[in-house]
Amino acid sequence: MKSSKVKASDVIKEIIAIILSLAIIIPFLLVIINSFKTKQEAVLMNFSLPKEFHWENYITAIQKGKLAQSFLNSILYASGTMAFTILVTAPAAFVLARRRTGLNQFIYFFIILGIMLPINFVALMKVMQALRLIDSRLGLIILYTAMQVPFGVFIIYGFVGTIPKEIDEAAVIDGAGPWKMFFSIVFPLLKPVLITVMLLVFMGAWNDFITPLYILNTASKWPMTLSVYSFFGRYESQWNLVFADIVLTCLPVFVIYLLGQNQIVSGMTSGAVKG
Amino acid sequence: MREGKVMNQSKMYPLYFTFVALILYIVLFIVPGFLGIYYSFTDWNRYSSEIHFVGFDNYKTILTSNKNYMGYIGNTLKFTVISNIIKIIPALFLAILLNEGLKAKNVHRAILFFPSVLPYLVIGLIFRSMLHPTTGFINQALRSLGLDFMAQKWLVDPNWVWPSIYAVDAWRGIGYVMTIFLAGLQSIPEYYYEAADIDGATFMQKLRHITLPMLTPSININLIFGITYGLKVFDIIYVLTNGGPGHMTEVINTAVFQEFARGTYGVGTALSTLLFVFMAVVGLFIVRFLNQREVEL
Repeated sequence: MKSSKVKASDVIKEIIAIILSLAIIIPFLLVIINSFKTKQEAVLMNFSLPKEFHWENYITAIQKGKLAQSFLNSILYASGTMAFTILVTAPAAFVLARRRTGLNQFIYFFIILGIMLPINFVALMKVMQALRLIDSRLGLIILYTAMQVPFGVFIIYGFVGTIPKEIDEAAVIDGAGPWKMFFSIVFPLLKPVLITVMLLVFMGAWNDFITPLYILNTASKWPMTLSVYSFFGRYESQWNLVFADIVLTCLPVFVIYLLGQNQIVSGMTSGAVKG
Repeated sequence: MREGKVMNQSKMYPLYFTFVALILYIVLFIVPGFLGIYYSFTDWNRYSSEIHFVGFDNYKTILTSNKNYMGYIGNTLKFTVISNIIKIIPALFLAILLNEGLKAKNVHRAILFFPSVLPYLVIGLIFRSMLHPTTGFINQALRSLGLDFMAQKWLVDPNWVWPSIYAVDAWRGIGYVMTIFLAGLQSIPEYYYEAADIDGATFMQKLRHITLPMLTPSININLIFGITYGLKVFDIIYVLTNGGPGHMTEVINTAVFQEFARGTYGVGTALSTLLFVFMAVVGLFIVRFLNQREVEL
């Protein structure tokens, strides 16, 4: 009696899990299937397979939306931000975690506050103008790096504690200065957390929409998100092209998610247990 | 070891390691916040190179203008509260449900988490297509099932626009909130439940006296992330409705962008400043709270 009851609840669990997963998958499936149809077929927006797979929709979307340029821009912004963020936040988090003086604790919490603070984009524009960073590719990367400082420091700070202090001391006894000690000894040991931060920073920059909306005026500097949005506005009646465009934007994130799912999930949910 | 103790800590861990991060953060994050406070008391706009001090005029505009800025602030707060309730409570029960005894547990989790890594923009566009009144998937599916009366103008009808936004937001976010709860659930020792079972505790009793108290850190993190996200919300609203129909779904950050596009920077910074000050105060409480936890640990 008891065992059959347990099984019934397990079956219900399985069914709920499958329904939920389907609810997530169905919209993506719809987008993918319709991205291969003709304009007329895609108007019906259903799950029937296309008569013929129109791969050329993707070529058309790339050409009409000038996506090749935007794709390269996004890759540049995301990987540039990734590299800068690591170089800037890892030494900071390391020192703040190792030497917990009153001042350092204050700096740490001052930085962490940024996880919550909103950015005043209108005033930021003024600052970016004054620094000659507005409407500039490098400017956007520097800005993204600044925006990632709080989160990067927060995650790396938590990990530094797992590396024994004796390692630093041994390096110093061997005559290493702080730079050498950090970059040749400690930095490699931070690899797991650095990979997590890199993945999250990459996705953060890839997914961002609001910042370039304020900061970039020139269409040739637009990232994928802006181009896709403007493409949607112009071709709203042609779902096949719009969907091909959406698939192209999701693809890199999907690949990264497949490769680094564990690091991404643990990074995005860090603090859940201890925090 | 003894030598380690006498080593000069300030030489080993020099403060200048923090300088680049600190300068970037201050110049591009904190300075605009405070500069915004200053500009919120001026008539700064696109059409004049001179900037004059105008006292509280921009704030008066926000309070009294017929453009209903107070309504946008209200919408932001409403979105923050409702979108979090809609995500957190179901996610909690789903996490408890899916924590154990599921066959393809990891596959389901990977799928449910996936929307959280995609751009809000893309999610918004997918659902704007699916919710299209005439050619959208949802209405076509309802009609083909003979449920024509259920087909709505989802993002245009004033009665349906907020529920549609909440639904899309929950579709994206529930998996994320749930994953945080799952991480928390895994940290609860199994023997707590075993002991409770021996005492004959019911599901609700176990939930109230074991699960919820032990999940406090996860609940806090979800609230912190959720409140921060809700107050700063922009992308999903901008893409789904752009504040419409009329200005029904306008929130602070979409209104700021409109002022920016219109060139009325003074009012824009004033709106942003209200959000900045409010979140700075909330943030200080949260940081203090986290700090205390750290001391306890």
